[in-house]
Amino acid sequence: MNGTPTTLGLTGEEWLSIALTAELAGLTTIILLVLSAPLAWWLTRTGSRWANAVSALVSLPLVLPPTVIGFYLLLALGPQGAVGGTLERLGLQHLAFSFTGILIGSVIYSLPFAVQPLREAFAAIDPRVLDAAATLRASAWDRFFSVVLPLSRGGVLTAVVITFAHTVGEFGVIAMLGGNIAGETRVVSIAIYDHTQALEYGAAHRLSAVLLGFSFLTLLAFYAINQRVMSPVRPQ
Amino acid sequence: MNNVCILKEAGLRQMVAAALFTCAALPPVAQADTARIAAASDLKFAFDELKPLFEKANPSHKLELVMGSSGKFMQQIENGAPFDVFFSADVTMPKKLVDSGKAVAPVTPYALGRIVLWSAKVDATKLTLKDLDRAEFRKIAIAAPDHAPYGARAKEALVNTGMWPKVKSRIVLGENISHTAQLVDMQAAEVGVIALSLALNDQLARKGAYHLIPEDLHSPLEQAYAITHHGKNNAAAQAFADFMRTPPARQVMKRYGFLLPGEKVR
Repeated sequence: MNGTPTTLGLTGEEWLSIALTAELAGLTTIILLVLSAPLAWWLTRTGSRWANAVSALVSLPLVLPPTVIGFYLLLALGPQGAVGGTLERLGLQHLAFSFTGILIGSVIYSLPFAVQPLREAFAAIDPRVLDAAATLRASAWDRFFSVVLPLSRGGVLTAVVITFAHTVGEFGVIAMLGGNIAGETRVVSIAIYDHTQALEYGAAHRLSAVLLGFSFLTLLAFYAINQRVMSPVRPQ
Repeated sequence: MNNVCILKEAGLRQMVAAALFTCAALPPVAQADTARIAAASDLKFAFDELKPLFEKANPSHKLELVMGSSGKFMQQIENGAPFDVFFSADVTMPKKLVDSGKAVAPVTPYALGRIVLWSAKVDATKLTLKDLDRAEFRKIAIAAPDHAPYGARAKEALVNTGMWPKVKSRIVLGENISHTAQLVDMQAAEVGVIALSLALNDQLARKGAYHLIPEDLHSPLEQAYAITHHGKNNAAAQAFADFMRTPPARQVMKRYGFLLPGEKVR
């Protein structure tokens, strides 16, 4: 809208959407690591008959159109929804069209991208290593942090990079739930859509180039690190 | 904090994010006296001009413009979206929001819009709606009639000229009227029905001419705004509503082909 580029050829508004996207992707990644590590661990080790159902639930965002997730979240988080309505009755704000709302959306949307690499890494750990640690009286927590995580660092790194990148590339859920609000929900992908629709091709080009560059460099770094980190860690 | 950082509320979000990202280099976001305006996208170019005029005349106020289809904004405001003023491309939608308590009366008319045939490929001045069944027009863009008033009027005009059944299969729908203009501008559609206010802007006028669709072919595009429940205590929202009645604002709106309240039909 204000068309004059400032820093590095981008306008203040464009930087705002880039910063917001980084914030959203960063927070989503942190939250998902914390949530996914125990979930992936449970899925790897459990013999529970619920495991398949939970796996299916976790993978749902892979196959569901983002519009479906966005629509249900809009219903749930909005002022009339179960979550949003409860918050309003407690004198708080509902979550539709807010940063917290799209953060919840991103966590759900990127969940399989965090769980899957961790699960694969955990599954590759030889159980005898853990038994050995247990005989040395390492507690469950101790085993997880000093044995499992270091052995899974390739998987953790994959989860971090892919979750972050996937959240940066998110569009549909935020389009349904976000309301295109600068500094709050107008992430880069939404800003590009908005600029295109408003016939602001210059801005659309600039931001698209930023995302293209970012995505390529992220994947390049990912493959480079993968080659170096993953292979020696794999138990023989 | 607000001046150096995009984070707005205290709490977990701020703590974690502040630890993650240094905010010092980020641009400021004004909060006090900022009105967030949801505006129908036929207003795009006119409001882009009005924003600096308004902010210059009211240095303590700022505008944040969000453009889109009126129907989308109505749905979003209905669901609690934090917009302060809703400039619709019709009168019905702001009225509905007033009825449901999401906007406050009065619903104030601010302009009468017009639709035009526009093309970046052929000279549209020589076209009428009757020409649209020609084979060269493989795709015809209009805005989505269900939620974009300009699209509803375009469909009405096509129905009233008897062209709708003939061209129906070639119609492509833009999400709002500026998206519709984009489809024609990029020549994804050979021709389209867009807002006069968009066709008059340099960016489009450079690329193509327009044919004004006679007013008697569709019901009038009377456009009104309402201040939302969210914006009822926002001084900038009220100031901008008042600003629309001032001569400089009216002049800009007129230049974009809008007929204004108190003016005679041409």
